[in-house]
Amino acid sequence: MMDTMLHGYLPAILGGLALTLQIAAASLLVACVLGMLGALAKLSKSRIARVVADAYATLIRGVPDLVLMLLTFYGGQAIVNWAVQKMGGSYVDIDPFIAGTLTVGFIFGAYLTETFRGAILAVPRGQIEAGYAYGMSFTRTLWRITLPQMIRHALPGFVNNWLVMIKATALVSIIGLDDMVHRAGLATAATREPFTFYAAIALIYLTITSVSLFLLWRVELRFSRGVRRVAA
Amino acid sequence: MSTSASFLGVDWGLIASSLPAFFDGLRVCLILLAITLPCGFLLSLPLAVARASSNRVASGAVWFFTYVVRGTPLLVQIFVIYYGLAQFEWIRESAAWVLLKNAWFCAWFAFTLNTTAYTTEIFAGAIKATPSGEIEAARSVGMSSAQVYTRILLPGALRRALPQYGNEVVGMMHATALASTVTLVDLTRVARDVYANHLLPVEAFGTVAVFYFVLTFSLVGTFKLLERRFLRHLQPRS
Repeated sequence: MMDTMLHGYLPAILGGLALTLQIAAASLLVACVLGMLGALAKLSKSRIARVVADAYATLIRGVPDLVLMLLTFYGGQAIVNWAVQKMGGSYVDIDPFIAGTLTVGFIFGAYLTETFRGAILAVPRGQIEAGYAYGMSFTRTLWRITLPQMIRHALPGFVNNWLVMIKATALVSIIGLDDMVHRAGLATAATREPFTFYAAIALIYLTITSVSLFLLWRVELRFSRGVRRVAA
Repeated sequence: MSTSASFLGVDWGLIASSLPAFFDGLRVCLILLAITLPCGFLLSLPLAVARASSNRVASGAVWFFTYVVRGTPLLVQIFVIYYGLAQFEWIRESAAWVLLKNAWFCAWFAFTLNTTAYTTEIFAGAIKATPSGEIEAARSVGMSSAQVYTRILLPGALRRALPQYGNEVVGMMHATALASTVTLVDLTRVARDVYANHLLPVEAFGTVAVFYFVLTFSLVGTFKLLERRFLRHLQPRS
C-alpha cells in the first residue's frame, strides 16, 4: 500500500527524509561542539577567546542562513582547491553532505553558544568551586559537575534551536543535496502535482516538529528530577 | 572574509561592476520587507488578542495556525504557494490566478503568513505577561474592555515585545533571501547570478554578505533607538 501512495514516490520521499534527518543529526553534533566551545570562550578569562566568540556570533547574526550556506559551500570549495593546488594536488570536489552539515552546524553553533552560556551561568558557582576544591581538573569539573546540571537549563533554548535547525536543513536542497525538498521537486516534475508533494513534505516537517517537542518534554521531565516545582 | 579573500586575490573590478545589480537587489529586498512587515504587524494584533484570550476556540484556532506555520520550513511554504497551487484547475481558472501566478504576490503572501505567525506568538506572550494589577486598576477606574485593550494591554504589551519584535524583523529581512528561489531578483539572486557567470564565490557571496550585514546592524541599531525611546522606564537611572 505504501508503494502506491504519492504515485509511488513515497519511498523516494522517505529516502529524502532519511538524508534530511542525517544532516540534521550530524549538524546538531557539530553545533553542540561549537556551541560549547563558544560558550566556554565567552566565559573565559582570555580576551582573545572572547573576541573570537563575539566575532563568530556577530557574523552568523548578520547574514542569512542561505547566503552563509552558499558562501561556505562554494567559497570553501575554492579555498580547499586553492590549498590543494598549492600543495601540487589536483581538483577536488567537496562532498555536498559534508559542506551542508558543516555549514548548518556552524550557523547553529553560534545560536547554541548563547543557550549554553546562559545554562552554564545558571549552575551555582559554588558547585564548580567545590569541584575544584576536590582537586578535579577543569575538564573533569566540566564533565561531572557543570554539564549534568546545565542540561536542564539549556533544554528550552536547545529545543528552539533544534526546531529552527531542522527547518533550515531544507535549504541544503539549494546547494544540490538530494534531501526531502529536492526529492519532492523531482517527483513534482514527473507527475505535475506540485501541491501533493510539497504539502506532503510540509506535513512530514510538522510531524518532526511535533515529535521533537514531545520527546524534549519527556527529557525535560527526566532532567528536572529532584527539582521542586512551584505549585501553580 | 577579507582574510580568505586577500590571499585568494579578490577581483575588485568585478565587485565594482556588479554593484549596480546588487543595489537593484537591495531595492527588491527592501520592497519585500516594506510590503510584508506592516501587513504582518497589523494582522498579528487581533490574532494575538485572540490567542491570549480566555476563549478556548479562538485561542486554539490561532494556536493551530501559528503551530503549522512555525512548524514547517518557509522554503516549503513558498513552494506550496508558488508552485503548488497551480496544480488545481479551479484555482487556475479563478480570478485569484492573476495574483497567484505572480512571484511577487506569492512571496508577499508566504512572507506575510510567516511573519504574522511569529509576531502573533510574540505579541500574545507579551499580552499574557501583563501584570494583573494593571488590568484591575483599569477596571476599577471604570474602563470598558475595549479601553483596557487600547489604553493598557496593547501599549504595554507592544513595549515589552519590542526587543523580540526587533529580532523578528531581522529574521524576516534574512528570510527575504528565499525570494531568490521563486524568480525574484533580490540580493541573493544577484549574488547567485554573479557566481554563475564568473564562478568567483568570494566576490559574489562575500559582497552580498556585506550588504546583509550592514542591513542587519542598521535594523538592530534602529530597534536599539526605539527601545531607548519606548522602554525608557526600564533603563537604569544614573
